[in-house]
Amino acid sequence: MSSKYNINLDTLYRQVIMDHYKYPRNKGVLDDETLTVEMNNPTCGDRILLSLFVEDDHVKDVKFDGEGCSISMASASMMTQAIKGKTVEEALRMSEFFSKMMIGENIDVGELDLADIEALQGVSTFPARIKCATLAWEAMEKGVKETTK
Amino acid sequence: MDVKSIREQFPVLDQEINGHPLVYLDSTATAQKPLAVIEAVDDYYRHHNSNVHRGVHTLGTRATDLYEGAREKVRRFINASSTAEVIFNRGTTAGINLVAHSYGLANVSEGDEILVTQMEHHSNIIPWQQVAKAKQATLKYIPMQEDGTITLEAVREQISERTKVVAIAHVSNVLGTVNPIKEIAKIAHEHGAILAVDGAQSAPHMAIDMQDLDCDFYAFSGHKMCGPTGIGVLYGKKELLEEMEPIEFGGEMIDFVDLYESTWADLPAKFEGGTPIIAGAVGLGAAIDFLTDVGLDNIAAHEHDITKYAMDRLSDIEDLVIFGPKERAGLITFNAGEIHPHDVATVLDSFGIAVRAGHHCAQPLMKWLDVTATARASFYLYNTKEEINRLYDGLLKTKEYFGDVF
Repeated sequence: MSSKYNINLDTLYRQVIMDHYKYPRNKGVLDDETLTVEMNNPTCGDRILLSLFVEDDHVKDVKFDGEGCSISMASASMMTQAIKGKTVEEALRMSEFFSKMMIGENIDVGELDLADIEALQGVSTFPARIKCATLAWEAMEKGVKETTK
Repeated sequence: MDVKSIREQFPVLDQEINGHPLVYLDSTATAQKPLAVIEAVDDYYRHHNSNVHRGVHTLGTRATDLYEGAREKVRRFINASSTAEVIFNRGTTAGINLVAHSYGLANVSEGDEILVTQMEHHSNIIPWQQVAKAKQATLKYIPMQEDGTITLEAVREQISERTKVVAIAHVSNVLGTVNPIKEIAKIAHEHGAILAVDGAQSAPHMAIDMQDLDCDFYAFSGHKMCGPTGIGVLYGKKELLEEMEPIEFGGEMIDFVDLYESTWADLPAKFEGGTPIIAGAVGLGAAIDFLTDVGLDNIAAHEHDITKYAMDRLSDIEDLVIFGPKERAGLITFNAGEIHPHDVATVLDSFGIAVRAGHHCAQPLMKWLDVTATARASFYLYNTKEEINRLYDGLLKTKEYFGDVF
């Protein structure tokens, strides 16, 4: 990535984001005994298929599949990396942190390890792209809420 | 055609976006508005606003004259034989839904067929899916050729004596394909079917003549032809509209209301229940005057020129895939290699260039193209070759920006 163009663009397309886009973590579909959530962004056609394996109140494993722009796919990759191994409560707290970050707000998450997800902070200044970034998180929230019903 | 003086009449074009002069290449989604339209709506609200038809007072008469005057302008614009055939509504979607719900549900029966194409906008697919489901009828797709056009032979192969409705866009909002409406109308009529046309992408850009095309219904939107949002037109042949039932009931559309029975007003009021979109119609009338002054043939020639120039320039870009036929209306849908169209649109926007990215309300067509999304640049009377050059440069920069990723 070069930064000679436009400062704005570089706040959106951070190198770590493009790395997740190019080399997505946890890409694929988990085998059975998992819960799958499919979510679309009807305004643009982005699609995510999230498989979650939740046991003993922990996200034991998670994978994503789907199609979409760099922001939606990188965000999905970062999300899976961040929540894997965490408790359901921690995953939901991260999700809250993420949605607050998208509207430019910051909340204290204490010792919680956020992995790479803060790299997406710049999306908040591109309102048209916020939905791209939140799709994977919405799918995750829907999924873990279903497993803990 | 003097594009420079035309541009001066569109105040919105005179601004910078992200530090660059705006290049607006999204007129297929909605067109910008000239001063004449903005001022007509302003003038209506400042000096003439009133409800139409029932008022005895002076303002009521003025508003009615303006509203009905706009209808006459539309009639002339599309060469309908009577203003009874011009129904005002809120746009193409409303027009097609009226045809589907009123004509479709009354005339399509179990086992009948409705013929559409896979290049249709969602608004010309879903209403017919609903009719087919409600009536246990079959929705059939006329197959497209590889370049995104359909042949009359394909229409003849798909149509049968069971076909009651053929529904097709005059111009595709994604491929730019221009369909041979007059010839398709003839084939439909030979088989006892009616032809309903989605004219959203044709009415703004070319001279259209209802009596010459001989289609049965033709729906279009004011906002895509320099008019305000919220106003649209459904043209229908008088003999069909007369036998159709209204789908909205209430004020304005009645003849006489009794406790348990009511009768309907004559055309076109029968289909315009509720207070109509008066300011919208006035604005559309002004837009029609504006477009007519410039000349629809001049507009079509200018767009043809710009589109050809853009096709030539964009074809030079490595890995850029352009969808649709060579001969096309004024739009180019494309993908830039592996770069997702959203990312293309975001980078172009950072250079002040507005293009659309996504499925363009044509998911069945995306499926046919085997893509999930595309980017689209569309042109109108105010676009220039300099703007195409800006698009070309912007696309090169986009490719360079994402160069390390792929």
